Amino acid sequence: MAEMPSSFFDEMFAGEDSARGPYANYHSWFSQEDVRALLKTSEQAEALFRRVGITFNVYGEAEADERLIPFDIVPRIISAGEWARLEQGIEQRVRALNAFLYDVYHRQEILRSGRVPVELIQNNEAFLPEMMGMNPPGGVYTHIVGIDLVRTGPDEFFVLEDNARTPSGVSYMLENRETMLKMFPELFSELNVRPVSSYPAMLRRSLAASAPENSPNRTPVIAVMTPGIHNSAYFEHAFLADGMGCELVESFDLRVEEGRLAMRTTQGYVPIDVIYRRVDDEYIDPMVFNPESMLGVPGIFDVYRAGNLTLANAPGTGIADDKALYSYMPDIVRFYTGEEPILQNVPTYRCSEPDSLSYVIEHLSELVVKEVHGSGGYGMLVGPAASKKELKDFEAKLKASPAKYIAQPTLALSTVPILTRAGLAPRHVDLRPFVLVSPGGIEVTPGGLTRVAMKKGSLVVNSSQGGGTKDTWVLGA
Amino acid sequence: MLLGKSAGGLYWMFRYLERAEHMSRMVGAAWRLSLTRSSDMSSEWKSIIASAGLTQDFEERFQTYEFETVVNYILRMRDSDASIMCCITNARNNARLVRTSLSTEVWEAVNDGYLRLKAELSRPVTLKNLQRILTEIRQSATLVRGAFFGSMLRNDIYDFARIGTFVERADNTARLLDVKYFVLLPSVSYVGSRLDNAQWEVILRSLSAYRAYGWVNEGNPTAAGIARFLILDSRLPRSLKFCYKQMLSHLSLIEEQYEAHRESHGMAARIYSDLKASDVEHIFEHGLHEFLTEFISDTAALSRQIETDYRFGL
Repeated sequence: MAEMPSSFFDEMFAGEDSARGPYANYHSWFSQEDVRALLKTSEQAEALFRRVGITFNVYGEAEADERLIPFDIVPRIISAGEWARLEQGIEQRVRALNAFLYDVYHRQEILRSGRVPVELIQNNEAFLPEMMGMNPPGGVYTHIVGIDLVRTGPDEFFVLEDNARTPSGVSYMLENRETMLKMFPELFSELNVRPVSSYPAMLRRSLAASAPENSPNRTPVIAVMTPGIHNSAYFEHAFLADGMGCELVESFDLRVEEGRLAMRTTQGYVPIDVIYRRVDDEYIDPMVFNPESMLGVPGIFDVYRAGNLTLANAPGTGIADDKALYSYMPDIVRFYTGEEPILQNVPTYRCSEPDSLSYVIEHLSELVVKEVHGSGGYGMLVGPAASKKELKDFEAKLKASPAKYIAQPTLALSTVPILTRAGLAPRHVDLRPFVLVSPGGIEVTPGGLTRVAMKKGSLVVNSSQGGGTKDTWVLGA
Repeated sequence: MLLGKSAGGLYWMFRYLERAEHMSRMVGAAWRLSLTRSSDMSSEWKSIIASAGLTQDFEERFQTYEFETVVNYILRMRDSDASIMCCITNARNNARLVRTSLSTEVWEAVNDGYLRLKAELSRPVTLKNLQRILTEIRQSATLVRGAFFGSMLRNDIYDFARIGTFVERADNTARLLDVKYFVLLPSVSYVGSRLDNAQWEVILRSLSAYRAYGWVNEGNPTAAGIARFLILDSRLPRSLKFCYKQMLSHLSLIEEQYEAHRESHGMAARIYSDLKASDVEHIFEHGLHEFLTEFISDTAALSRQIETDYRFGL
């Protein structure tokens, strides 16, 4: 190990050169390898990614189109036992999220019970009054969920964030694995790594199971809807459509015909049953939501309300992954499942509450402050890493609109080594497992996307902020 | 089921690939000529620019037709829609658009070719590296074609891609001939110059037909022989007749698959049967230039009709 693990929990090393259980086989393989040769392989991985076209666009950078997310060739390994517990916790949480969404758009029992304040829902832009009383086909709100997890110790996992709108990154989970299979086939023949490659097929089955019942099509017609070729995640949209064997459509291909959403094919308009949309709520129908939207389809929401179309995820699911609501999740889980939450929340200060606000301002240099509606690591403050001036500026922002922010202690995120020129070096990671919900149940793909902060000491893993990814191995029992 | 947009994307992806390949052949042939002859090459470069339909654009930018100017213009000019780099970029953008209709092998071949050429053409093209770059362009196109033949389902996706290829190819061959038609006029005195050995050689080489011509015509280069070969010989993969035969067969396959008749099929069938009924004497009699002008405009009309019939756009 080139850099010694610090006080943080390192997932691979228990001490210098002593690997923890799940990493034992990997570590003994690694010890036989030549670092220079591995670095060379790592360069080949980059060429593979470029060739396959797994690139993303960074908002606000006109010329820097098509960048690669750095990929690290050292896998993140999770034991069968660890995974079993995570899987249970995720399943429980996602079950609660869907129950919450149904409730919030129907009788609102949870508000009546006073467990969640009414204002939090009423004044929330992510809450769509248009969804009140609406029953999504199959009763599913969040067909696809990404649960962001972090770890601080052997048994300490926390949910950092729920992604219930349009979680992205699953194409990296799949392509990272493909790349690892090409580069290190020998590892896969020795270690019992559970496969992830059936995800697109599972997604297709899961979406088809949520299709409306009155379809004129013999089998459900599914399409992935993208904002277009310039969207930062376009590769992923095309990748998933290809993996599912379904069309990739944008607004230009769609219109409403005879009460159904239809796509323009070489043989005329063909009705669609299920849209896996990667277009935000706000843009989906200019007649109902943002009238300026060029990305949506006029009238699509009426088709949806009439029960003639499945939108995955349902509009209005954003209320469930709102950062202001996050701090209520433990109660939400208890309320709908009657069980104690298996996965912990990170302690969260709601800046809208005066006591919390003054605590946050006093301890700003120790906390991570996030925008309630922000995502992708934009607009957040990492207290311990901020300069005096940044802290001061942020304090002013907090005072001006406290309700826009929540704060959390800086977690001692676990590390997993990455390969550097000098050998292995610990870097902080998080994990986003992908969850599919269908009327038949909840499935969690064994693995997920491990994001890693490539810079020494950095706690920010977002790709827009220079983070990279790793392949995530869940070991079989 | 195929989205109209995807059919259009496939069609244009393969048109652009064909165009890039064709332009690289033309440049290669002219460059070869410049090495073997001491004469002034500017008219040769001029006719390449003309056959790509870029004369006006070129002359707005440059005063004279010189090797490095022309070659860099054709290969890598960024803000020209028609440079080889732009064709490759457009082909790759269309491939991204129709990514789900392509096999991984085809997509990777297109993307890889694009990435390599982009790196290669980020520096000026010189006499020294031209040959290597032209080879690379043709190899890239060949790889895409090979991946396409080897890995794609034989369905409407395949047909639209092939139709794009042959519409573009027919257009390219006809335009090249039209720019050079004076070389092939039977009455040499009519244009006041002799049948120029190097000139017809350039035409044949531009269409990868030089050796082939030798094989099928005992190497006897006559104006009528060359015109017949390039227009009417259905064995030559770049002849007008061959292109139409292919187009028609793929349009028929689509009709069969869709069980519906479309206007474009009738148009292609008419043009093809005219070609079948033609002989080269007849074409010369009515004027080669007139024949080619009409052919180019018919082909453009057919292309528009295909776009309408199969809903490429709204």
